[in-house]
Amino acid sequence: MSHPDIAAGRRDAAGYAELNTDSKPPLNSGQAVIEASRCYYCFDAPCVEACPTGIDIPGFIGKISSGNIRGAALDILEPNIFGGMCARVCPTEVLCEQVCVRTAQEEKPVTIGLLQRHATDQFFATNEQPFTRAADTGKKIAVVGAGPAGLSAAHRLSRFGHSVTVFEALSKPGGLNEYGIAAYKVPNMFAQKEASFILGLGGIEVQYGKALGSEITLGDLRNDFDAVFLGMGQFGVRALEDEGAELGGVVPAVKFIAELRQAGDLSKLPVGRKIVVIGGGNTAIDVAVQSHRLGAEDVTIVYRRGPEQMSATGHEQEFAKSDGVRIRHWAKPSRVIGEDGHVTGVEFERTRANSNGGIEGTGDTYELPADTVFIAIGQMFEGTPLDGDSLDGDTLEIQSGRIQVGEAGATSLQGVYAGGDCVAGEDLTVQAVEDGKQAAIAIDQYLKG
Amino acid sequence: MADLRTNFAGIKSPNPFWLASGPPTDKAYNVNRAFEAGWGGVVWKTVGDPIINTTSRYWANDHNNSHVAGFTNIELISDRPIDVNLREIKEVKKNWPDRAVVVSLMVPCTEPDWEDILVKVNETDADGIELNFGCPHGMSERGMGASVGQVPEYVEMVSRWAKKHSNMPVIVKLTPNITDILAPAAAAKAGGADAVSLINTVASIVSVDLDTMSPLPSVNGKGSHGGYCGPAVRPIALRMVGDIARDEKIAGIPISGIGGVGTWHDAAEFIALDCGTVQVCTAVMHHGFRIVSDMVDGLSNWMDSKEYPTIDSFRGQAVPNFVRWEELDMNYELLARINQDTCIECGKCHIACEDTAHQAISMKRTNGSRTYEVIDEECVGCNLCALVCPVENCITMYAVENKKPYLAWQDDPRNPANAAAAE
Ligand SMILES: Cc1cc2nc3c(=O)[nH]c(=O)nc-3n(C[C@H](O)[C@H](O)[C@H](O)COP(=O)(O)OP(=O)(O)OC[C@H]3O[C@@H](n4cnc5c(N)ncnc54)[C@H](O)[C@@H]3O)c2cc1C
Ligand SMILES: Cc1cc2nc3c(=O)[nH]c(=O)nc-3n(C[C@H](O)[C@H](O)[C@H](O)COP(=O)(O)O)c2cc1C
Ligand code: SF4
Repeated sequence: MSHPDIAAGRRDAAGYAELNTDSKPPLNSGQAVIEASRCYYCFDAPCVEACPTGIDIPGFIGKISSGNIRGAALDILEPNIFGGMCARVCPTEVLCEQVCVRTAQEEKPVTIGLLQRHATDQFFATNEQPFTRAADTGKKIAVVGAGPAGLSAAHRLSRFGHSVTVFEALSKPGGLNEYGIAAYKVPNMFAQKEASFILGLGGIEVQYGKALGSEITLGDLRNDFDAVFLGMGQFGVRALEDEGAELGGVVPAVKFIAELRQAGDLSKLPVGRKIVVIGGGNTAIDVAVQSHRLGAEDVTIVYRRGPEQMSATGHEQEFAKSDGVRIRHWAKPSRVIGEDGHVTGVEFERTRANSNGGIEGTGDTYELPADTVFIAIGQMFEGTPLDGDSLDGDTLEIQSGRIQVGEAGATSLQGVYAGGDCVAGEDLTVQAVEDGKQAAIAIDQYLKG
Repeated sequence: MADLRTNFAGIKSPNPFWLASGPPTDKAYNVNRAFEAGWGGVVWKTVGDPIINTTSRYWANDHNNSHVAGFTNIELISDRPIDVNLREIKEVKKNWPDRAVVVSLMVPCTEPDWEDILVKVNETDADGIELNFGCPHGMSERGMGASVGQVPEYVEMVSRWAKKHSNMPVIVKLTPNITDILAPAAAAKAGGADAVSLINTVASIVSVDLDTMSPLPSVNGKGSHGGYCGPAVRPIALRMVGDIARDEKIAGIPISGIGGVGTWHDAAEFIALDCGTVQVCTAVMHHGFRIVSDMVDGLSNWMDSKEYPTIDSFRGQAVPNFVRWEELDMNYELLARINQDTCIECGKCHIACEDTAHQAISMKRTNGSRTYEVIDEECVGCNLCALVCPVENCITMYAVENKKPYLAWQDDPRNPANAAAAE
């Protein structure tokens, strides 16, 4: 092979349009009313408990039934300012919909996510800014990161009347909503529209191109602000450590997804023909499906354990398979094979579960040809922003690569809170939003003394 | 933000949503929870000499998988001592000064009995009283409730006693178990009542158990008639409210609308027919007090969208349009139209029109697919097909632009009376 088969323009216009089309189409008003009527309006409903942000789900669904769409949307946005994004990206099959009492009754939950989307979409179309700020408190708060955690905290803090400055390393708000989530979950620039809605409250200044650890330090923020919220996610990428990992064509999945999400014209984005994805989470599924939709011929996800252990839900695995992606289980990469500095394939060793719950290699190997290998074995916390800080002898406790927090995101440093992917817990948009909200409430209490 | 505050016959409340007299309002515990949830007012469970209830008290009928389309009960008035009720009422009113607290009353039909209780109620600082002339079961057999409400002379007499002995606005609650609702309404007005509320429950047998052959709810194998309420009775209530609101002699008396209110939309319909407040019983018994959240913000959002700043700004707006049949426009012509793109080929419009209306929807089959089309010449514009169609906006009714002027039946040449005159 003389040069790797990586090329742009593999699909026609309709093919590319598919990438930017909702994989779950929204409900129309008639469908929404029919679906809403399936809700039993449970009291102390299991779905509410299963929603990390505690949205009053039966309440907002009842309002859809009565034609009170504005009331429904505000019941969603009050506890969850990213209610529109969550309606699109939450793995509802393991959250609210999993515990819907209809699931027990007839194995078909009320489609809460779609109803939530219906209410918020209709409301956003009115361009109303429903929230207001309390009187100025004179307090200044720094937020690091304009992702779901950071913006959720900033919005709530601004509503309390505090002045918020958000420091964001990149040039756009949204975090992984803008750079990570699969394109077919958030078409039509939804992430930017939602961020504008959130920032439209006022009282929040975002400084782009300001990274903690480069342009600013935690010590500075502690000196200049009354409190600090850290919501910088996990922007480091865990790398493959096997032989050949340095070859051309071995790419972190999140890097490719970010390029895809930012590409103005998808027909100019080159993609390989034979793709191997290593990993078993959301990111693996997303990069596989999206590169397949970009025109890659042969896309295989290889995961070192079985389907039950994949962190991608069963629903997502099925979605990828129905899209033409193959998933192979019980194998781990042992060597990346290349020619002229570029990858040509990966050698895998078959694995099996061992007696102490881990896995072990069987010694038996096979090879998959590849011109691109996407690595999706997890993100990690970028520790560097917090190194070398002049914290006057204080230390920010880190545990297993995440900022250590107690109740409502309080860190080991007084007045410094953290939430979202940079702390331990589920790496989900909705959890980041809740973390930001709870930290904001705690900061407000803290500032009131 | 719309202003939902109401002043009903001098009784103020932050919103027009009151709980009707019944189990939801039978003690301080419930009423406190209702006020916490946001209800604007309550009419306390009817106070009088305590009664004993049966067990097995309620039944409901379902319709097309929708639970509690109608609800029935065979309960009587409060089973708690009068002084306990009145003590709690006084305490609740003290703790919730901005909410309306109205005391529903029922005692035997003598002036001393009424005077006795009214004097005690005067001490509670409640905002008003409601005379329960409506209960159709149990109490009426004892000469109270509906047996009073069905005799206009009694209604007028007791209203007069109430005005004489009470220092509060007097609301008369009317029974629907009567042919002409205007008679007791006029009697209440003649007796000096400040307002009327309606409807109380409709005498009914809601269901019969075909195994035990007992009417339901069954008390050890036997059932008596009960009082029917909930969504099923709303149309009856709206009509009776409308009758009062448009009557030249009675119109203007404040009306509290009751019967099947479950959402802000239902409430808005009652208000459009001139109700100053609405009262709710079955819907909270079905779902709990929390439904008031949708009622309050749903009504407020709708009012904002229509630019109605206050309740009074749309109250009664439907009354001038509630006319007698003779006043309807005989020249108005509607036709049905079927949108072929959204049609799901269920055939319901065809069979409804074919079997029971005017054979105005044709059916064609081509290669397994079905096409239903309106035959304009046959369609009489009755709305039936649009009502039975399960797809929203698939069948629409449109007005034919016939450029004919308004024509009342009395002027219609097709009216046999006119033909006779012309001869
Ligand atoms: C490919 C992929 C797909 C996903 N799909 C889903 C899904 O479908 N559903 C779901 O619920 N979750 C999904 N997730 C997880 C979800 O995106 C995250 O849990 C969520 O975005 C975390 O929010 P956050 O605010 O903590 O961090 P992020 O969204 O990562 O935002 C952090 C922000 O901080 C900025 N930042 C980073 N370092 C610095 C610094 N030093 N100084 C200043 N700013 C900094 C970043 O630029 C970014 O804007 C997915 C994740 C990935 C990677
Ligand atoms: C169980 C039950 C008990 C009731 N008790 C009373 C009562 O004591 N006094 C009264 O005036 N109305 C009583 N009612 C009638 C209600 O106040 C109300 O007029 C009727 O239920 C219609 O309203 P709804 O359709 O919202 O239920 C009762 C209704 C029910 C269901
Ligand atoms: S609702 Fe309450 S009082 Fe009535 S039967 Fe059930 S448990 Fe008993």
